[in-house]
Amino acid sequence: MDQNMIPLFVAIPLGIAFIIPMVSRKLKWAPDVFANLAMLALVTIAFMTLGRMDTIIYSMGGWKTPLGIDLRLDGLSRMMLIVINVVGLAATMFSVQYMRLYTSKLRYYTLFLFMVAGMNGVVLTGDMFNLFVFMEIAAIASYALVGFGCEHEELEASFKYMVLGSVASALVLIGIAFTYALTGTLNMAHVATVLAGAKMNTPLIFVLALFITGFGLKAALVPFHAWLPDAHPSAPAPISAMLSGVLIKAIGVYVIARLLFNVFGMSPQMLVILRTLGLISMVAGALLSIGQWDMKRLFAYSSISQVGYIILGLGIPTDLTYLGVIGALYHLMNHSVFKSLLFLNSGAVEYATGTRDLKKLGGLNKQMPVTGATSLVGSMSIAGIPPFNGFWSKLIIVIACVQAGYYGLALAAVLVSILTLAILLKVQKNAFFESAQAAMGRIQRAPVLMAAAMVLLAVLCLAMAFIVITGLDTPMIVRPAADALINGPFTLPPAGAG
Amino acid sequence: MIYSLCFVLIAIGIYGAVTKKNVVKIVISIAIMEYGINLLLILIGYRAGGNAPIMEKGMEKGVGLAEFIATSVDPLPQALVLTSIVISLGVLALMVAICIRLYERYGTFDITEMRRLKG
Repeated sequence: MDQNMIPLFVAIPLGIAFIIPMVSRKLKWAPDVFANLAMLALVTIAFMTLGRMDTIIYSMGGWKTPLGIDLRLDGLSRMMLIVINVVGLAATMFSVQYMRLYTSKLRYYTLFLFMVAGMNGVVLTGDMFNLFVFMEIAAIASYALVGFGCEHEELEASFKYMVLGSVASALVLIGIAFTYALTGTLNMAHVATVLAGAKMNTPLIFVLALFITGFGLKAALVPFHAWLPDAHPSAPAPISAMLSGVLIKAIGVYVIARLLFNVFGMSPQMLVILRTLGLISMVAGALLSIGQWDMKRLFAYSSISQVGYIILGLGIPTDLTYLGVIGALYHLMNHSVFKSLLFLNSGAVEYATGTRDLKKLGGLNKQMPVTGATSLVGSMSIAGIPPFNGFWSKLIIVIACVQAGYYGLALAAVLVSILTLAILLKVQKNAFFESAQAAMGRIQRAPVLMAAAMVLLAVLCLAMAFIVITGLDTPMIVRPAADALINGPFTLPPAGAG
Repeated sequence: MIYSLCFVLIAIGIYGAVTKKNVVKIVISIAIMEYGINLLLILIGYRAGGNAPIMEKGMEKGVGLAEFIATSVDPLPQALVLTSIVISLGVLALMVAICIRLYERYGTFDITEMRRLKG
């Protein structure tokens, strides 16, 4: 892994997004092929980053750190890059046949690749304003994609999402302005150095409040979650998978973790805030999702609940073993896989039957064996049934709660997990197991590429459980990511390095 | 003092975005909020009576350089504001486009009548 390959994570999707509209007026097959090849290339180089485990810093344009913008590849960025691009590949594979329901594949793939470029940029960048720019690229593309169908509900959801997203971005920008006023720099390592040893004073608390509110809105933590259950179900299914699976984590949870642990330095008060937000999101998300009959809306509420687990894990005080952070990051990875899988399942159901109302569905297991089986895998993973991956990450979070002495939180985590099981059993029973209803009519199976994307994610659900079995001390991807957070505020690279 | 005016602008924007019923007014409120933030950014780099941060001949080193550093305003926030204006232009264009589509679908700009999503 050469350091000069780092910009490719942003350059490939941006470049292909530019090429697709140019060539696909004549070549009707071009958008599908180009987008899938781009995602395949991104997955390949994402896994190539695992070759070197140290922190790699790339200075954009050759300008060194104080003047230019850094791209910073460390353990956490590696994990996020792999998650984003693997889920992205599954989503593009699924889109090839699914997006025939919609009009313009050309614009769809262009926006999709913009979103991927934005997210890759967010997890790589080492500069706070640059982070804002990449975040806006991803966010604007996602606003447009939520409203892609241009029907009543989709436009309404898109507008709601856009207003709240703009407010969130505005808060983040005010936070960035104050950070610059306080420290005189926006490079994350420089900010961390300037703030090292500084007391928690009022302006700093104000900045942190702005960032937590802004990125909490993007991550849909519970007091700020109102847009998510509208926006995620309204998007086309592969986009729902990307939004719920990756976007809320890449531009929400990841940034909160990065800023709090690596830039501003973690303090006990912040941990309390994270635990509280996590607990509320976890419980409220699960309770709200029980009553839903729209399959995708149910999954969207359950996303809020699962993000609550991640934030709760991050908020557990760190000791020598820092199990809470490990569990949180592991759960982040797992959730992005099984939640994307479930959204793709709902897309396949909608493609075949034209509805996603659980009251109208039933008995799909006979006609759609692949969708049924993979959705069972996804449901069991999210509900935390061993041996699937969701069980292990939730177990680690619960153990961390108990170790730190938060028995109430541990109990809440277990109870919400049982609640999640009930919710997902409702989906399974109503959509896949009950005898077919007369209205269902003739249903064809999911087309081959859609099935392949779902099988890929289902296999990952099982395979990622082995990260635990290979020994908790050396999980390949999760441990370095947690180390990157635990090592505390960034330090400046020695002069002349890089 | 002048900082608080920026916050007044931002607060007006947020107030409008929260309370207005007309989608176009919401869009305008968000634009006002973004202007407030841009002004705030500019103010952070401002220095009363400062010069434009353009280096001229004879300022490369020595007294000229020291004087240049002491008197010029901070150029970085200005660069940030340019970027943020472009971003907010993109968001604004998309918002207005969605507003037009909403009007085509619902025949109204009133947000209280667009309530198909609930739960």
